[in-house]
Amino acid sequence: MKRGIPVRLEGLSKRFGRVEAVKRLDLEIGAGELVAFLGPSGCGKTTTLLMIAGIYRPTTGAVYFGDRRVDPLHPRDRDVGMVFQSYALYPHLTLFENIAFPLRLKKVPDAEVRARVQKTADLLGIGHILERKPAQVSGGQQQRAALARALVKEPQVLLLDEPLSNLDAQIRLSARAEIRRLQQELGVTAILVTHDQAEALAMADRVAVFSMGELQQYDTPEVLYHRPKNTFVAGFVGSPPMNLIEGTFTGDGFRSGELRIPIPGAPTGKGWLGVRPEHLALGEGGHPARVLVVEPLGREVLVVAEVAGVRLQVLLPEDRRPEPGGQVGVVFPERATLHFFDETGRRIGPE
Amino acid sequence: MPLLPKNWPLWLLVLVLITLPIGVGLLWLFLTALFDQVHGLRPVGDFSPENWRFFTEGSVGGRPSIWVALKNSILFAAAVATLEVLIASMAAYAISRMKFPFRTPYLGMILVLHAFPAVSLLIAIYYILRVLGLFDTLIGVILVKASLELPLGIWLMKGFFDQLSWDMEMAALVDGASRWTVFWKVALPLVRPGILALGTFALLSAWGEFILPFTFIVSGKSWTLALYMQSFMREAFVDYGLMAAVGLFYAAPVLLLFLLGQRYLLNIYSGGVKG
Ligand SMILES: Nc1ncnc2c1ncn2[C@@H]1O[C@H](COP(=O)(O)OP(=O)(O)O)[C@@H](O)[C@H]1O
Ligand SMILES: [Mg+2]
Repeated sequence: MKRGIPVRLEGLSKRFGRVEAVKRLDLEIGAGELVAFLGPSGCGKTTTLLMIAGIYRPTTGAVYFGDRRVDPLHPRDRDVGMVFQSYALYPHLTLFENIAFPLRLKKVPDAEVRARVQKTADLLGIGHILERKPAQVSGGQQQRAALARALVKEPQVLLLDEPLSNLDAQIRLSARAEIRRLQQELGVTAILVTHDQAEALAMADRVAVFSMGELQQYDTPEVLYHRPKNTFVAGFVGSPPMNLIEGTFTGDGFRSGELRIPIPGAPTGKGWLGVRPEHLALGEGGHPARVLVVEPLGREVLVVAEVAGVRLQVLLPEDRRPEPGGQVGVVFPERATLHFFDETGRRIGPE
Repeated sequence: MPLLPKNWPLWLLVLVLITLPIGVGLLWLFLTALFDQVHGLRPVGDFSPENWRFFTEGSVGGRPSIWVALKNSILFAAAVATLEVLIASMAAYAISRMKFPFRTPYLGMILVLHAFPAVSLLIAIYYILRVLGLFDTLIGVILVKASLELPLGIWLMKGFFDQLSWDMEMAALVDGASRWTVFWKVALPLVRPGILALGTFALLSAWGEFILPFTFIVSGKSWTLALYMQSFMREAFVDYGLMAAVGLFYAAPVLLLFLLGQRYLLNIYSGGVKG
């Protein structure tokens, strides 16, 4: 199959009456890259995807596939495949005819349709149930059929709108890996919409984080995790989420109420201190704290502790399990694993 | 499981009493059609095929052949149903799926038109048909009947289209379909229950239609069965036996349709058919 092409969004926005669903979005996706659109429900991910597919006409801005400007084009002239959140299989057609649908529309000869549908279906492990109707197969098989229908015409761009959100937790993990494998094998440029940060981090080359129709940050999973650009990204990426403490930077430390944390080379002024639960520790000489909740998570234990009126989540190895109600010391990490944000939530350090 | 009300024998009796006149009417129809003479509900004469002579005699009392009327009735009902289903589906799809100027007033107008008593339009329609040269033609009445039935059809079909998910149509567009293809290949097959329901309604309503052909058709060659039947009422001495036989013949296709498709039709009438 042919390789994907780069996709570029320029100043893309979409209005529905008074709602501005997508606001001036600029984004570039490399050929063969898998990019995740990550954000809470209603932040404009699907709307963006549908503009790329050609279902919605952008209010402003342009969409390029390679050097070709595609936003004035009808969906059928764009060479995209799409998997919808609801799968949107045609209930009156068999899986075979569902997958064959894009080829039939292109008037591909019957023998070739048969061969290509069978090949794509086999690739996805549903080659043996093609004569069934969508209602007669499981959710996981429906999802594969939808993926097969999107892939059968060998598109240059593959759009996936929360393809895993309707699957059982058990098959979701294997489906993640499988989609990623297929995408890399085929070399197709792919955009995956999801509200699940773990899914985005696990599958994507780069992640675009959205909030309220605006792009917050567009980076690799590592950068998102280690250098979140603002408090929204900091709080959305990572699980359990980063602790964000409101207070004042004093140049040599951070103050929030009674809590004082010495940080050499800290900025000054009001802002937020961010620290990930996995970077906090319990131990002697830490800030005195009271344990409120202890929640075993399997391999780890999540502890909610209160330090001088501030609630912090601390992630500990399983063997370290404090008693609820007990007194502990919370130890803050080195400066390098802390995150500084200014009053408006913008990251100001450390570099 | 439906539970019987406590005093169900009483309810049953009430229902039977209400249904009785219809039952008696049907019984009369059968008896009168099959026997030489019937007094009340008691056959007096012999069992006789005399009433069914319209089958074999080309023309009864100067009327056109019953086969001409039957052909016209079938043509009329089929054409009305086809036109109505076709136009109502397309109009309903457009209303359900597309934005266009004056969509809301248009919707309101459809409702008003549906509520409008058709009889009050007869004279105006008469003039229009005269001008178009369609007066006294089957085609003219077909067009009138289909138009008058359209508002209801559009509303019914709009309800069905409204329930389709947008995703499916978006998927079809991405798969490479045009709007037109989406309508024919995806939307229409999915509202099949609606089409069957509307088609059945239209067929039955057109089959039983009397006032429009009665007003707009004069020549015997364009008579439908309803006009054929009515012609007996104009005579000084009504041959009830003959009329009952014709009536049975007229009702037979409808009865047959219900007997054969009973289960399916019941489903449609209770609005519960799933595709
Ligand atoms: N067809 C539409 N008409 C009006 N508003 C819409 C439409 N589609 C989406 N919206 C609005 O745009 C915003 C973004 O929606 P969407 O892109 O579906 O979010 P997401 O996929 O990120 O959950 C929401 O506020 C939603 O209500
Ligand atoms: Mg969405």
